[in-house]
Order: sequence, then structure tokens, then C-alpha cells
Amino acid sequence: MNILEYMKNHFLFLDGGMGTLLQEAGLKPGELPERWNVTHPGEIIRIQKGYFDAGSNIILANTFGANSLKFEEDELRSLILAAFDNAKKAKESSLGTQEKYIALDIGPIGKLLKPYGDYEFEDAVSVYAKTVRIGVEAGADLIFIETMNDSYDTKAALLAAKENSDLPVFVSNAYGSDGKLMTGASPAAMVAMLEGMHADAIGANCSLGPDQLIGVVEEYLKYASVPVLLKPNAGLPRTENGKTVYDVSPKDFASSVSKLLQKGVRIAGGCCGTTQDFIKELTTAAAKIEPVPVVKNEISLVSSYTHAVEFGTSPVLIGERINPTGKKRFQQALRERDIDYILSEGLKQQDAGVQLLDVNVGLPEIDEPELLETVVKELQAVSDCPLNIDTTDLAAMERALRCYNGKAMVNSVNGKEEVMEGVFPLVAKYGGFVVALTLDEGGIPSDAETRVEIAKKIIAKAAEYGIEKKDLIFDPLAMTISADTTAALSTMKAVHDIRYDLGVNTSLGVSNVSFGLPTRNIVTSTFFALCLEEGLSAAIMNPYSVEMMNVYHAFKALHNLDENCMDYIEYASSIPAPAAAVSQTTGTPAPESGSKTYDSPLQEAIIRGRKEKTAALARELLKDTKPIELIQKEVIPALNIVGEDFEKKKVYLPQLLMAADAAKAAFEEVKILMAKEGGDSAPSRCAFVIATVHGDIHDIGKNIVKLILENYGFAVTDLGKDVPEQTVVDAVVKLHAPLVGLSALMTTTVPAMEETIKLLRKEAPWAKVCVGGAVLTQEYADQIGADRYCRDAMETVRYAEEVEAGLS
Amino acid sequence: MREFLEKLGAGILEESYRAVPVYKEYETVDFNLPEALRYAGMPAHSAPEAGEKAVLEALEEIGGSLFYKVGFLCMSLQWDEEGFPVLPFAQHSKLLKKNLKGCSGVILFAATVGPGVDRYIRRYERSEVSKAAILQGLGAERVESLCNLFNNEVREEAAEYRLKAHPRFSPGFGDLPISVQKEFLGSLDATRRMGITLSDSYLMAPSKSVTAIIGLERLA
Repeated sequence: MNILEYMKNHFLFLDGGMGTLLQEAGLKPGELPERWNVTHPGEIIRIQKGYFDAGSNIILANTFGANSLKFEEDELRSLILAAFDNAKKAKESSLGTQEKYIALDIGPIGKLLKPYGDYEFEDAVSVYAKTVRIGVEAGADLIFIETMNDSYDTKAALLAAKENSDLPVFVSNAYGSDGKLMTGASPAAMVAMLEGMHADAIGANCSLGPDQLIGVVEEYLKYASVPVLLKPNAGLPRTENGKTVYDVSPKDFASSVSKLLQKGVRIAGGCCGTTQDFIKELTTAAAKIEPVPVVKNEISLVSSYTHAVEFGTSPVLIGERINPTGKKRFQQALRERDIDYILSEGLKQQDAGVQLLDVNVGLPEIDEPELLETVVKELQAVSDCPLNIDTTDLAAMERALRCYNGKAMVNSVNGKEEVMEGVFPLVAKYGGFVVALTLDEGGIPSDAETRVEIAKKIIAKAAEYGIEKKDLIFDPLAMTISADTTAALSTMKAVHDIRYDLGVNTSLGVSNVSFGLPTRNIVTSTFFALCLEEGLSAAIMNPYSVEMMNVYHAFKALHNLDENCMDYIEYASSIPAPAAAVSQTTGTPAPESGSKTYDSPLQEAIIRGRKEKTAALARELLKDTKPIELIQKEVIPALNIVGEDFEKKKVYLPQLLMAADAAKAAFEEVKILMAKEGGDSAPSRCAFVIATVHGDIHDIGKNIVKLILENYGFAVTDLGKDVPEQTVVDAVVKLHAPLVGLSALMTTTVPAMEETIKLLRKEAPWAKVCVGGAVLTQEYADQIGADRYCRDAMETVRYAEEVEAGLS
Repeated sequence: MREFLEKLGAGILEESYRAVPVYKEYETVDFNLPEALRYAGMPAHSAPEAGEKAVLEALEEIGGSLFYKVGFLCMSLQWDEEGFPVLPFAQHSKLLKKNLKGCSGVILFAATVGPGVDRYIRRYERSEVSKAAILQGLGAERVESLCNLFNNEVREEAAEYRLKAHPRFSPGFGDLPISVQKEFLGSLDATRRMGITLSDSYLMAPSKSVTAIIGLERLA
């Protein structure tokens, strides 16, 4: 019987440990267990037959580490085929009468993916894909992805399985004692992502014993709509007489797992330290238990790589600021590819209290698919906020959803056939929680009833793609009341009817309602409160609006969504008193230390590394000071003071950097002003290309140098880390940059630095190259042909000034 | 480990003894503020108050994202024909040979505080570099303090069996090339069991991870 059919009404029993048994049979430390498929087939068959005899329905073929990073392709193929030959022999020779299946076992490839490691997501997908294709050829009944401790790696494996086979896929993650994956994902986050991508069963294995995994299992059972699996260790290991023993006996193991079967787990077996005895005890104990039916739950989730956000309970705030519409400074950042600015907009909104970030980088003149993918990758590297992918470009949407580490919110689809046919297949493949606008070929209906009709149409169409209504969130569209004073009433009625009659979540971009009116915040925030009362689940909004945040916090407190009003109290205490806010930006601040005097309050703020204060003072000064004057008479002198103190070892690196961060805040004020008034933000000094060399992934040193150089006005092009030689050369040639800075942390990556310099000498002979990094010395720098070794950021600035002076 | 030390101390450990790796997780590790300041680039004796405050705030912010895992492997130490120690990696190192002189057993270990601190460094590198530098120092202190904690346990337990623990020695130090990390981490199954991975250029991720060897010498 097909396994998916069978598991509808039965428990499925997995096998127990393999690695530990192979070690007992003589597998040496460091020896690859997959080679035993060919060298010791008898041992493999014996162990697997034992599991079938004990009652296992599913045997994992001995392919856990069978991937193209560990084996050449020919050997990989022969090892996987041999693994299935062995498993089939075990199946045929076992006298057990239960249904029997053989799974292609896939473990992690052992590389940490970018941004924390150096491995590309798509490369991981390719490695998994090779294993999957051979497994399909070998006749696997299903694919079992297991012991994954990183959500992104899990996504790569599942995507490879889905793209290269039609087999059922079970996915199992390894949780730590804190109930999270090593890279931070909660069970709810994994459920959201894996169900979105249509895994057929999900759960946990390895790392802990059954009792320590109860919390994780309960969370799976709470959120999952597919069968939940559990394959725990035999407790915790210790060494006795030179042998590893585990602290849970087969009987206790069976009894612990049985309790979880009674709670709803449908697929169970054992991992490290478990043997045939454990499975025998388990299948015997389970014979007396009735499987708990798997029910589809209606919980709407989106997730990041750490956590899930639930819709439909407490209102969800989605930050709208990563969007160029009507924002000149943001448009400028997009055109200049100023990713740091975009990231800071995300982080600031997160600090302001949003649970999701809307991401829209659409401008007519830019390559949106490329930029959206980049921004999504960069954002998820610095923020754990789930993202709302906001684009009308389907190619951009697909690239963003593919590289997204979690289950994204997708903005948006609407009732137009063409749009639904474009968006829904992407959501069906990658998972997603889709914003659906209640408009169609006929435009935006003015009444609530027609909007509800469009919503029904969208629900029906989504169902054709297997997308359930819990994965839809309707935006019934807020229209301005300045044009039609009944507009808000229609929207509110639509919100109510969709939420309560159709039972689907709703969201609004609330600020449209006040378009064309004075003091819009009053109308917008009141409208927000009214919509929340009608059942609005989420709002795409400006979190810097105090009025909006007031409504949000008060609503939660009033609706019993804030236990003991704790969130409200914390929020209230964070609102600055109006009087205090004024004194921050005006008036003469009292000197903060007795002995030292400063030329001006702004210089003091920079030297002391006060970011907010620097920004406020700069903003104030810019009202009647020219930007160039501010930079030359205030910012640069302050930086010089700190820089010289650093060189004299009067202050240390963190103080230098705090001052630099503060100066950056002043420059940002200048940029905002210039974006508003047009013109270049500041006179630039010469171009400086900077990179961490190929193979090196640690780039804090490089980032420090970059920050300080930028403060001194150099036009820095940062190529990032792990940068191939040719990429550096291409950038230098394109900009005809007179200066290049290369950083390497490890001795193993210095050769890449040398190669880069060689190539530069050939293709960009005019460029001066300075090098730095933990392992470098003057001697080393001479040896690899660099022009200068710079010990720290200030030395780099001095060298850059020297080179620049020589140019003119 | 106790059993290993007991036999080693009594001189009755089999010559080819090699245990399977064992893993442990610590709830907390004592914080060493002067070290954190030093790693962040501020000499502890003259660190500005603001620096201390920044380090303490950083610890508060990221503390919850850290874990403290150690995996270790106890084995008896044999010597090859050229007089070098026989270890799970092939490279010969004169400095390591010197470090292990007189030892009859070793403990190989890997320690990591997990990827949490890398995540925060990554975040602040792009928005507030001064904080990233502080976190870098803090992360280094965290994993070094973890190593010290484990190392002290080894030293104290070893002393009970009249064994002297030699100073720990890490790949990448002196003439022991960093490339031995591959076999070193392999012998501890550290990728699967602890999440420590290795890049093609032998960098460990999470970056706040350390591997080292502790030699054990019998006292007369």
C-alpha cells in the first residue's frame, strides 16, 4: 500500500540507531559508514533485518552522509544503490508481516550556509539534489530528511527533494535542550516553513531523549496539520568501561514514546543508542494504543529563521518603511545600492515594535529581481523579523521566496485571473501567507458586498492550487474619505464580513484613509482603532507614528490581549515626556566631564560617541549651516581629535568606533537634507575599493576600516567578504580606483590575497594596494607584494591621504 | 573521563585506548570582564567606564542566544617511529611534540558558544560597528572562558589521579597547521553533534569555537 494511504489510519514505526550499531560492529572512528554498504553489506542487512523483525515499517537506507561533498559522483551512486540493495534484502528476508518501506536517508551536508558560514544556499540545494536523484533511481519509497539543525539547510534539502522527485518527504530536525535548533528556529517556525513547502510529515530526532523532547513535540502537535514524527535518542550518553551507554532502557523508552503517541504523534522510532530491543518494546506497547486522528488546524503563521508570528489572535504590525514610494532618501539609497541604509530602516522599525517588515524595492530604473533577492538575503542576515515580500514583479517574487529562510508573507495577489495564475503557483511551491487585495478586472468596488464576493472568488481559486484559506489574508483596501466620505464605512464593513463571515484574516494599509486631509495622523489612527474593533488582524503601517502605536498598545490592553497590561506599561514608560524631548535637541547641555573642554556641543557628542544626540544636534545646526561647513568645521575636527587620541593610545578601538558611528549619524542627516533638496550629499575624496579576500568570511576588521574611511570622506566601494580575485580587479578597473584595501584573517587565505594583488598588478597597475588583518605583518605584506601594511583603520586613513596627495 | 583518568593515572590504560566522544553542555560560564575588555581592544586597567558599560550591556543583550557546548575525546598517547605523538591527524608539529613531552594520554576537545553571537555581530556590523567590535570581544571571552572552565575541570580531576595536565594546544598555533581541523573535528563528530562546521579555508563556523589538545602526564 502507498505509504501516504497507509499512514492515514495507522502508526508508522521507524527504525532505531544505525551509527552506534555500526561502531559496535567495528566501524572505526573517522571511517565513513556509507562505505560499509559495499564493504560490509552483511552487517548492514543484519541490522536492518533486525529492525524489520522488531516491527519497523520504515528502514532508513544507510545513506545519511551520502552526498557529493563527501564522495566522488561514481562512488556516491554506487554507495546509494548498494544501500538500497541491502535494505531490500533485509526487507525480503524479514518474517515481519507489517507494511514495509525503505527511505532515502538524508542528513546535513556539514556546511553552515551563508551568512553565518561560507556555503551558498543554491549550492546546498544542488548537493542534496544529486543524492535525491540517485535515491529515486534506487527505488526509494520516501525521502527522510533528518538531524537537521539549521532551518536554511533544511529548506535546501526539502526544496531539492521536491524539485527532483514526487516521493513523500518526511522532515525531522534536531533540537537542543533549549527547545530550538542550533541556529535558533523554534518548532512553530519549522512547522510553518515545512508545511508551506508541503512536507508530508514533520518532527524531531536525535540530540535528546524522549522525555526531554516533550515540549518540542507538544509545540509540533499544536501547530501541525500533517502527521508528527519523533525519533529520539535513548536518553543521554556516558562512557562506561570504554563503551558508550545511554541512560534510558528499552522499556522506559517505549513507555515515554507511547505517552507521546497518545498525545498525537503518529510516526515513531529511535535514534542514537536505540536498538532492535527499543523498537520491539515500542511496537509492542503501541499495539494497545489507538492513533489520534491528524486534524488540519486553522492557525495562520508566517516565520523567520527563528520564530513564527501568528495571525488572528493579537493584531500584527507590519512596518511599511522599506518602500521607495514618496521617500526621496530611500529612492536615493536604492539607486546608490546603499544596502546599509535599507537594513537600518528595517532594524529601526523592529526596534520600534513591528513584528514583520514589508520589503518593497521597486523603482522603474533598477533590476528588481536581483535587488529584492539581495535585500531579502541581507535583511535576514541582520534581523529575525519575518518579511512581507512586496512586489508585483513575479520574477522578483520567486527569487525572494526561494532564498527566504522561513515562510514569508507575500504582498500581493488580487482577484484578477492573470495575477492569481502568476502568484499562486509560487506560493504553492515555496509556501507563503498571501495578502489578497479585494479588487479584480472591474477595479476596486466601492461597496463592501462586492469586495466580499471577490474574496470568495480568490479563496476558491487558491484552493485549486492547494492553498488553504488560513494562508490568505485579505486587504479590503482603505480609500480616502476626502474623496468619498462613505469609503471608510465600506472598508470597515468589508473587514468585518471577511473576518467573521468568511473566517479569514484581514490586513490594511490604513494610512490611505486620510489622504488629502490635514493632520492625517488623527484620522488614520482613529480609523485603525475602528478597524481593529471590526476584527482587523494586521496593519501595514508607520511604526514611528506615536498615534498609531498608542492605538495598538491600548487596543491590546483593552481587549485582554496583554496580560496584566505589562506590554502597555512597558510601552508607556518608553514614551519620552514632551519636555524632555525638547531639551535633547536645544539648549546648551551641561558639560559632562569636568576637565575636558570641547569646541562645540556637536563635537563633544561625536567624540563621546553619542549617536542620537549627534543626529539631533546636526539636524538642528543644518537649519542654518551649510552641509559642507558642518562637515568641515564640526565633524572632521571631532574625528581628528579622536583619531589622534587613538594613535597616541589615549583612547581605544571601541571609542574610536563609537565616535565614527556618531559621525555617521551626522552624515546621515546631511544625506537626508540633500535628498530633499537635491544635489550631491558631500564632496567625495578618491575612490577606495575594499574587500575581504576569497575564502575568508570574517570581515569585521574590514568593516571597521570602511567606516572610518567613509567618515574621512573617501568614496568606499565595499565588495564584502569571500570576494573572488577577479571581482576585486573588475571593480578597481571600472572605478579606476587609485586605492585598494584587502583584508585576511587567516594564514590560509593570505595566498588568495597574494593572487588578488598579482592580478591587480596586471590589470590595474595604477592601483596602490594596502593590506591588513590579524595574521599580517609588514614582512608578510612585502612578501606578497602589497604596497603597504596598515596596522589599523587610522593607518589606512593616513595611507589613503598620502596616496591621494600624490595624485594631484 | 574519570575512568580514563583513573586508569591513566594508575598506568594501566590500554595502549590503544580511544573512547568515543562525549558531549556536555554548561548552563552558565562565569564572566570575565577584564578579558572581554581586552579582546574588545581595551586594556582592562584603563578601560573607560563607557567601555565596561557597553560590554555588560552587550552581554545582557545576547546572553540568551548563547549556549556552552564542549565535546571531548579521551585517548592514550602513543609515539611514532620519528618520535612524534600519534593523534587523529597526520601532520607532525615540533611544538606540539614538545608540549606533549612526557604525556601518556590526551584529551582532544572542541568548544563552542553557538552561532548566536555571530548573528548579532553580523547585525551590528551593518548598523553600529562599535557594538560589533564589543560583541567580537565578548564572544572571544565567552568561548575562552568556556575552554578555561573545561580545562580546569580536567586539570582538577587529573590531579586527583596524580596526573599533570599540560597547557592546552590549538591547531593553527605555531607549526601545527590549521588544516588539521578537518580530522580534528571529524574525530569528535563535531559537525553533527555540536554544529561546528569547517569552510574550505578551514575557518570554523560558528566563529566562536575553539579546538585544543590537553596532554596528561603521570607524576612520579
